[in-house]
Amino acid sequence: MSSRSGRRSRLLDWIDARFPLSKLWNEHAAKYYAPKNFNFWYYFGSLALLVLFIQIVTGIWLAMYYKPDAGQAFASIEYIMRDVEWGWLIRYMHSTGASAFFIVIYLHMFRALLYGSYKRPRELLWLIGMTLYFLLMAEAFFGYLLPWGQMSYWGAKVITSLFGAIPVIGEDIALWIRGDYEVSDATLNRFYAFHVIAVPLVLIGMVVAHLLALHEVGSNNPDGVEIKYRKDSKGMPLDGIPFHPYYTVKDLVGIVVFLILFALVVFFIPEMGGWFLEHNNFEPANPIVTPEHIAPLWYLTPFYSILRAIPDKLLGVLAMTLAMVALFLIPWLDKSPVRSIRYRGPLYKTALALFTISFIGLGYLGTQNPTGLYTLLARIFSALYFLFFLLMPFYTKWDKSKPVPERLS
Amino acid sequence: MRTAALTLIGTSLFGLCSLAEAARPLEPIEIDIRDKASLQRGAKVFVNYCLSCHSASYMRFSRIASDLVIPEPLMVEKLMFVTDKIGNTMEIAMRAVDAEAWFGVVPPDLSVIARSRSPEWLFAFLTSFYLDPSRPTGVNNLESRGTAMPHVLWEYQGWRRLAQQVENAGRGDSLSLEMAIAGRLPDSEYKNMVRDLVSFLAYLAEPVKPLRQNVGIGVLLYLAVFLAIAYLLKQEYWRDI
Repeated sequence: MSSRSGRRSRLLDWIDARFPLSKLWNEHAAKYYAPKNFNFWYYFGSLALLVLFIQIVTGIWLAMYYKPDAGQAFASIEYIMRDVEWGWLIRYMHSTGASAFFIVIYLHMFRALLYGSYKRPRELLWLIGMTLYFLLMAEAFFGYLLPWGQMSYWGAKVITSLFGAIPVIGEDIALWIRGDYEVSDATLNRFYAFHVIAVPLVLIGMVVAHLLALHEVGSNNPDGVEIKYRKDSKGMPLDGIPFHPYYTVKDLVGIVVFLILFALVVFFIPEMGGWFLEHNNFEPANPIVTPEHIAPLWYLTPFYSILRAIPDKLLGVLAMTLAMVALFLIPWLDKSPVRSIRYRGPLYKTALALFTISFIGLGYLGTQNPTGLYTLLARIFSALYFLFFLLMPFYTKWDKSKPVPERLS
Repeated sequence: MRTAALTLIGTSLFGLCSLAEAARPLEPIEIDIRDKASLQRGAKVFVNYCLSCHSASYMRFSRIASDLVIPEPLMVEKLMFVTDKIGNTMEIAMRAVDAEAWFGVVPPDLSVIARSRSPEWLFAFLTSFYLDPSRPTGVNNLESRGTAMPHVLWEYQGWRRLAQQVENAGRGDSLSLEMAIAGRLPDSEYKNMVRDLVSFLAYLAEPVKPLRQNVGIGVLLYLAVFLAIAYLLKQEYWRDI
């Protein structure tokens, strides 16, 4: 026993002399001090990593059987579902994983809004995170064309045509993105390249940057109090605990709970009533039959709704772009002296509640036909969405915040 | 905060499901894709009446034989008319160009039709043909106005006609059908026949469904045990925090 552990430590010494293995382990796990009061909202960071892992592994296996060819793509998916051993499981995990990724990321982002996790010194962490969010949307959009169903085709057609709204050079940009005058085999091939290599490569790089930035500044917490200012005699934060083993075992519980919900969808309701796998997408892409109703999958619909709420196409595209850009600016728009919602006043709480309702409302409306009342609602929600950002410097400054304790409560 | 969050997630998930369901106000039908006798009867109707114009080109005959417990010689003799190789997929002999010339459209492949259209819709469609001399096929359909599909099951259902002419051309309760010429089967038996066929189409759309659910139960049981262990482990580590 002792000789074995001795041999192991000799191996570790050998590696450490050549590669910072122990150093990395200590900096990012064993001696990375995290606040001890993480709550429900703090599971979603590790869960996002888990879903990324699921998507990459299942994606690799799907790529072994999928054919990125307009004539064969749809059939190759059904081949995976029927003839490839356990292909159905891999495919459902990937399709459910796409939606699960967005659920997890939306809750992760909402946590940042609740506890002010984007505020100094975590502005760059937020910017990297927002970049990840947009990379994820791009990844999902490219991936959604691959099954080559009706919704894949017409969704891609609608989104690529948006670039046509840009004055003068718009049509040329749209042509350049599609590689053809219509969404076609050329489009499918390049979207496949983006989906399986270009975007994931950048995505993984940015995830590493996100973690490095987090571990540089340390995690925020539900109280929004910096733990590094109160240290014990050994220089360790009084309110901090090592990430490993405390949060590794805690996150393990979160992971199993997540996997139970994930398995419920994968094995029992993989279509999620048409929200995760749309009914229309079981019809092969047909360029001459326009579906009655075209909508992107649910995770893109809040922005789609803003686009449709504005009668002019160019202004609509502009508003949609602004709606995305606005999210990046939050660290500089928020003038509140406190981070956490626990110590903020009624103004911010009201604003955040209205923003949340608007975002979910826009998401729902984006999946529905834009008829009279729905268009009106979409306009009201769009206005509330933008007011959340435009008025943020004022209501956060005027808000009556409560005194923040010096240590975690 | 924790309960609020869970309620939020829970209600939004269930909300999503129920909203999607509400989009199609069709009569619910009871189908059971584990009822092998029903699927076998449906398969018989399918290969005799559908699989001449419609293909099911993602499905292999051998898969049907093994899933529905049909002995292979019987499968080859009774259910395979377009090929004698049981490993083949369910292709048809009609060429797409001919189909377009004869029907105006190429009849869709039926492999996943029960997933793009619901079983409820398929049942409603197959029970809603009526005589309409203005159509080239002589029939129209309440669920899909101006359909190019003839009433291939007329021998069984008979011919029906609109009970009264209604101005409103949309699908609705205002339209009802009455029997013009009776078929070989009484209404209830015809409906059973269509139900078997729709069950088969639902099976065809996702043959792996029963296996998927069986595996799912095992996975959930495993995860439940894992959860208990993970939770106890966490409690043990966190005792002194």
